[in-house]
Amino acid sequence: MDRRDFLTARKPKTIPAQAARFRTYSGINPYSGPWTRNEVQHLLKRTLFGSRKADIDYFLTRTPDQAVDELLNPTAPLPLPPVNDYTTVDTVAPGATWINTPVSDGTLNSNRRASFKKWWVGVMLNQDRSIREKLTLFWADHFGTETDTIGNAHYIYWHHALLRQNCLGNFKQLIKNVTIDAGMLRYLNGYLNTNTAPDENYAREFQELFTLGKGPSVAYTEDDVKKAAKIFTGWRINGTTFTVFWDASKHDTTSKQFSTYYNNTIIAGRTGADGALETDDLINMVFSKDEVSKYICRSLYRWFVYYRIDAGTETNVIAPLAQIFRASNYDIKPVLAALFKSEHFFDIQNQGCHLKSPVDHVISCLREFGVVFPNDNTEYADAYGMWNYIRNWLANLNQDIGDPPNVSGWPAYYQEPQFHELWINADTLPKRNQFTDTMITNGYTRNGKKILINAVEFAKTLPNPSDPNALIDDTLAVIYRFPLSATTKQQIKEQILLSNQAQDYYWTNAWNAYIASPTDTANYNIVNGRLKLFFQYLMNLSEYQLS
Amino acid sequence: MKRRTFLKNSVPAAAILPAVVDGYSIKAFNSNSPLMQALMDPVIDTDHVLVIVQLSGGNDGLNMVIPISTYSNYYNARTNVAIAQSSILPLTNYSLSGLHPAMTGLQSLYNEGKLNIVQAVGYPAPNFSHFRATDIWMSGSSSTDVVNSGWGGRYLNTEYPNFPIGYPNSTMPDPLAVQIGSITSLTLQGPSVNMGMSITNPTSFYNLLNNVLDPAPNNQMGDELTYVRTVASQTNLYATRIKNAANSVTAQNPYPPNNSLGEQLKIVARLVKGGLKTRIYMVNYSGFDTHSLQVNATDTTIGTHANLLKNVSDAIKAFVDDCQYLGVQDRVIGMTFSEFGRRIKSNSSGGTDHGAAAPLFLFGKQVIPGVTGTNPAIPVNTTVNDNIPFQYDFRSIYASILEKWFCVSTSTLQTILFQNFQSLNICNDAACRTTGINDPNQVAGEELITNSPNPFTAGTKIKFRTKGGHTLIQIIDMLGRVISTPVDREFTAGTYTTDFESGPLPNGVYYARLQNGPIQQVRPMLKVR
Repeated sequence: MDRRDFLTARKPKTIPAQAARFRTYSGINPYSGPWTRNEVQHLLKRTLFGSRKADIDYFLTRTPDQAVDELLNPTAPLPLPPVNDYTTVDTVAPGATWINTPVSDGTLNSNRRASFKKWWVGVMLNQDRSIREKLTLFWADHFGTETDTIGNAHYIYWHHALLRQNCLGNFKQLIKNVTIDAGMLRYLNGYLNTNTAPDENYAREFQELFTLGKGPSVAYTEDDVKKAAKIFTGWRINGTTFTVFWDASKHDTTSKQFSTYYNNTIIAGRTGADGALETDDLINMVFSKDEVSKYICRSLYRWFVYYRIDAGTETNVIAPLAQIFRASNYDIKPVLAALFKSEHFFDIQNQGCHLKSPVDHVISCLREFGVVFPNDNTEYADAYGMWNYIRNWLANLNQDIGDPPNVSGWPAYYQEPQFHELWINADTLPKRNQFTDTMITNGYTRNGKKILINAVEFAKTLPNPSDPNALIDDTLAVIYRFPLSATTKQQIKEQILLSNQAQDYYWTNAWNAYIASPTDTANYNIVNGRLKLFFQYLMNLSEYQLS
Repeated sequence: MKRRTFLKNSVPAAAILPAVVDGYSIKAFNSNSPLMQALMDPVIDTDHVLVIVQLSGGNDGLNMVIPISTYSNYYNARTNVAIAQSSILPLTNYSLSGLHPAMTGLQSLYNEGKLNIVQAVGYPAPNFSHFRATDIWMSGSSSTDVVNSGWGGRYLNTEYPNFPIGYPNSTMPDPLAVQIGSITSLTLQGPSVNMGMSITNPTSFYNLLNNVLDPAPNNQMGDELTYVRTVASQTNLYATRIKNAANSVTAQNPYPPNNSLGEQLKIVARLVKGGLKTRIYMVNYSGFDTHSLQVNATDTTIGTHANLLKNVSDAIKAFVDDCQYLGVQDRVIGMTFSEFGRRIKSNSSGGTDHGAAAPLFLFGKQVIPGVTGTNPAIPVNTTVNDNIPFQYDFRSIYASILEKWFCVSTSTLQTILFQNFQSLNICNDAACRTTGINDPNQVAGEELITNSPNPFTAGTKIKFRTKGGHTLIQIIDMLGRVISTPVDREFTAGTYTTDFESGPLPNGVYYARLQNGPIQQVRPMLKVR
């Protein structure tokens, strides 16, 4: 690119060009190409938070199918629940979980909400080798609930637990569960939706955001929203027991006729306990539309592959995935298996083009560099304090977990045409650099504990850190997707690792001297100082934002 | 830097400013009038600049400044690389030493009175490792201490104590220091944050040098990379200032072709002339690690080392001439350094191995010209173990520049360099001989942590401002060790104080580091008797 174009370009002038360039013809045929560190890294960057070296090593010993199957079938138990990490008086003891002891008290709920969000950071940092955590975040974005709207921490936690437990299960069941979940009933006023005073909030988002989406062929009507709202009347929350119950006296028992988009379907009104079954009737009707499967597959595609879906992708990828989704009666796993095992997923065109979300940027950095946090059991208060610091960074970078901007979730996942590019702007890009700078230079100290990237310890995990060329390549093979040129690598080596010397052995000698006497401060500082500069430099390059 | 106050105080009320702007003389009523303020701003642009030229690899100083007075001992120690006496470039009115024949540029500068040659600069117990010796020079530490900050960074931290909180601002709209190249060096590392900015750093500023930047591929990865790079180029706080400064200079004196040091210095001259208030510039030129074949086997006046010295000499000469051409000659001085000199005795591969002390150059119109010190003593029968002992500690050079060029007070000097060093008469200190009252740099930005008294003897009161939430204050010694943690808890937003009792701690420099969420600020404190 001409430098002048580059500097003056306000936005990449690629959108018109993009239409002309047919991105790729690859579809969901099984991938049969090479299985090297590159492909493993690609798969892990997309399905986990970061591709730690140990994880790449691990999956390299599997076949591609085995790797995907393992990622989609978590064996680790579900994370332990959040605990009382605050000092306010609570009925549960400090260090004990509050999830089974709901309260109405506003201050306590505020503390518990904070506890939940800190805990969630810890869960992501400690994720197992499965897609579970990334998918949980995906569903949290999909349903878009906000903790500060729901208010009660009990509902918030159990809504969140529902997403995690069902993240790889059946989507239709998930929708059913979410519809009558206390957190969602609070969030979109379902608990106030009665036969005498219908509230259409949930009925609208149910169609527009959760199932059908706003695709070109979606044509439900305003009247369909009203009818759906009537069907959902009767679901209530008992404020004493904090549980959901069916109140037949609040249910609209009239029959509901839908528009031609739904083939004029009539859902017969039912009375008594049977009124609750209308919810199933409605879900069945909505899920008879192909748009549901296409909409969810597009969302998954944007989250895990790339945000632009051109005609080729729609035909060769989205349509067949949607077919699989319907054929499996909306089981999520077969769709993800087909996607991650496909030639399209491994197409070189689809590698390294993902802009990291804030969670991806922050959590991946901490995981890939193996930053050690206080023990979440024996030092839980310190651990929560550190997680809170990280949570605060995520919020600063515009991804306040638990509190997306509104029910649509984060704009980066739906806002045409920029999508993921919305994460990165004049405010957030310098902050992203500030985060990595902080982590590699001074770290964060709290209550006598410190979290910091240990540059030397990271280098020691690499196969041959005494060779500056191998050190660079092996580091990039963990933290980078963009293939740096030989010239750039040479420049980095000379200017940073060799302090402007020409011979590699100067680094080798320095590293070996440190290994020979690791307690010698001067030896340590020589390698540590250069490694810190090296990692900091890589994390400051624009290329680091790609995943 | 007291220059601004000096200028303000020197203008009497209702005086006629002896300046002509666009052909009109300006009548100034008092120093606070908007007109005077407007005039002050260009005036403050005459603030002093230091250019540091790093010669990486360990420069063979003995073949750069050649001892004529002990020529035969010099020659006998290194017959295969020695420069013939007849080829040595003489210095006007100084017969004891001369320059390498490739350094005609610096010879002219010397003869014009714009060069000071400081002999045998080094330090006790010299280290022979490139890395460690470079770190010693850049940190300004003794060879027994490992210090993680740089001397330039510590100076800038005392001059602009609140950086980077609230920067850039009207007092300092520019980077405090600029490194030409990709990597900000240890020299510019402050006690907590790096005070420098590398202007080829891809996140900040592109392509003043032909820096390597991988092209974005023609696919969607390339599209996204280009997007991020575009944001990066637009969001750097200083990019516009630097670009405007560079672009405002349309004509410069010529620089030698194919000389990367010259290219770097050319950028420095542009930025200085373009109005940046940046204090320190660093440039780097490498390749001095001449273990073998440093000279042409049949003609020792040419070869690898001669080419390096020629480029250094030509580049510096062109730079000083350009400063004159651009009218910034009274604002800029420069110094060279290399992590060590080389051995007196040459080796059998036609090169020289790692050594100790070596001469360095100070250049510019405002340096005191001449030769500081004497030729190193060279034994009659030099052995492989013989090294040039140092006459001047390299920190004396730093101290003298800080004192006489940047007008740093004695106690602050001790804060920066940890102890007192000899003051050398190497540059014009006229600007520092007036006393200012208020230094605007001290309060520029957002002041979050201060202490009083400073210097202190037993205890000092630390005042800090937190934006709320977890707040930490650590006391850190000059080696970067945490001595104590007086504050480590949750606060509501506000201003608080905490006492620091130094107890049995030795005299010296301590840093109070404030950490509040993503914010950090460091205040240097000096304990004295």
